[in-house]
Amino acid sequence: MASSSTVSGDVRRGARTPSAAPRVRRRLPAGPWLFAAPGLLITGVFILYPFVSTVVNSFTDRRTLIPGTFVGLANYRELLHDDMFWIGLRNSTLYVVGVVPALVLLPLLLALLVQKNIPGITFFRSAFYTPVVASIVVVGLIWVWLLDERGLVNSLLETVGVGRAGFLSDQWLLLLSAMAVTVWKGLGYYMIIYLAALANVPRELHEAASVDGAGAVRRFLTVTVPAVRSTMVLVGALSSVAAFKVFSEVYLMAGPDGGPAGEDTTLVMLVQRTGTGLTGRVGYASALSVVVFVVTVALMLLVLRADRKEDA
Amino acid sequence: MTVLEKVRPAGAPAPERRPRPRVTDEHGRRVRVWELVLRYLLLLAVLALTVGPFLWQLSTSLKGPSEDIFQSPPALLPGHPTLHNYQRVADTIPVWDYAVNSLKVAGANVVTNCAGSALAGYALARLRYRGRKAATLVFILAMLVPVEGIIIAQFTTMRELGLNNTLIGVVLPGCVGAMNVLLMRNAFLNLPYEIEEAAYIDGANVWQRFLRIALPSVKGTLAVVAIFAFMGAWDDFLWPLIVLSDPSKFTLTIGLNYLHGTFANDERLVAAGTIIAVAPLIALFACLQRYFFRGVGEGAVKG
Repeated sequence: MASSSTVSGDVRRGARTPSAAPRVRRRLPAGPWLFAAPGLLITGVFILYPFVSTVVNSFTDRRTLIPGTFVGLANYRELLHDDMFWIGLRNSTLYVVGVVPALVLLPLLLALLVQKNIPGITFFRSAFYTPVVASIVVVGLIWVWLLDERGLVNSLLETVGVGRAGFLSDQWLLLLSAMAVTVWKGLGYYMIIYLAALANVPRELHEAASVDGAGAVRRFLTVTVPAVRSTMVLVGALSSVAAFKVFSEVYLMAGPDGGPAGEDTTLVMLVQRTGTGLTGRVGYASALSVVVFVVTVALMLLVLRADRKEDA
Repeated sequence: MTVLEKVRPAGAPAPERRPRPRVTDEHGRRVRVWELVLRYLLLLAVLALTVGPFLWQLSTSLKGPSEDIFQSPPALLPGHPTLHNYQRVADTIPVWDYAVNSLKVAGANVVTNCAGSALAGYALARLRYRGRKAATLVFILAMLVPVEGIIIAQFTTMRELGLNNTLIGVVLPGCVGAMNVLLMRNAFLNLPYEIEEAAYIDGANVWQRFLRIALPSVKGTLAVVAIFAFMGAWDDFLWPLIVLSDPSKFTLTIGLNYLHGTFANDERLVAAGTIIAVAPLIALFACLQRYFFRGVGEGAVKG
């Protein structure tokens, strides 16, 4: 149980003053539940209940306005023969493969760049965080404009003589562009996580390596990387889960139908498309959602397991 | 000042011993000039990459109808800056109404998240009762559930409650984030028990201890929860897109998507709309970034 470690930490804290803590404990009436009630109510009604009903609905043919009946595994069987499902699964998987390595490595390099306290560094740190602050819709629309057939990137490419590219019209370039935008927006966020981790790296290690004649690259690989390895795993887990569930970037850049012939549709886009509206197939969209959920949990476990193996 | 500067050992020699201030690194050693130049060059390059697109958008929004916004090589600055496009956005879609809707949603989200997660966090960290572990587990499980996977069921739940296509419906599912509850719980756990014990002996009841003693001590984390809640609500796209169907109830993000779909041909207009949406957030962030970096850094270090 995830809570057990923190609870024991709690007990340890209480143990320092063994007499007083239990006394505070005993004298409370219904108060505690009043404190927790709003949070528990909202979480129960809008997170846990929908989760359970997603799983239940995935075995029915429920539609938006029709309650639906139990159909067993029919939705899941249909998934296997649905081309759009495989396209969605492919794109969401490609997204993980493309985005995660960049988001594990680039923010670390960026954190090293802004770590040193030189004049104006606070400004740079905040400025690099701007894309994180901006709404994904704003970010999407900015990049749609930048990557337009006649946009800034293409006119710069033309000016230097490379020629124009169909960033938003070619199936693969579109997916790649969306990935680049995801990385661009995520850089600052993960940079902060790395900054906090880097602050805990003892400088003696760097000094010792320096004395031994290790250059900057060598020190990065033998001192910095091992020291922030657990943070890299965390970033890997967070970014892979987020990448698999990508919706907004692709929706905004490729349009609601997912680019040319829907070839850029991701799984969550498919959930949104099939499950909403008056004719929404809630049952089928729920089965898709269950797939999203299972893969997300599997990704987490995979990353965490890779971490444990390296420890052994 | 960020957390990093605070955490850092005070290794830097006192300034009065130096003939003139020099640039030093985090360990108080001098930074070589060529390294400094290289660092600033890299910093400026990244700056251009991260902030440049926003400036280009701003520039586009200021370009008048007579300017060619597609010319190559591109004109980085507007030839005749004008605010005309901002007025045109307001004539095309009720952008200020959308902004007000976004503000309502974000404001409500801040209030409910701060209050709800402080209360629940306190109950999880400080109060003893049967089922406390179960309550903690509920929030941990909720944090693991991907919102994208339950969004259709959230939508049907909302319809059963008759709150579809209302701003309340936009606010409710995220109004006490499980993540925020756990953040507050950790903050309360880090407070020493002794202070509350003293108050208890003085006869303070649980509400007094919560409001007068515990809550003021976790202001930093509360600020982070508030900022996250505001940004999360102001920036959210998928959920409002699903819940809201009546254009008069749109939030700014949905309104912008609508503007983009309807007037895709006039980039000046879309650019002005995006600037209206992003400017308040950048301003807010610029004001609060001190707390923000400190709070986020603290959370990550402890986590």
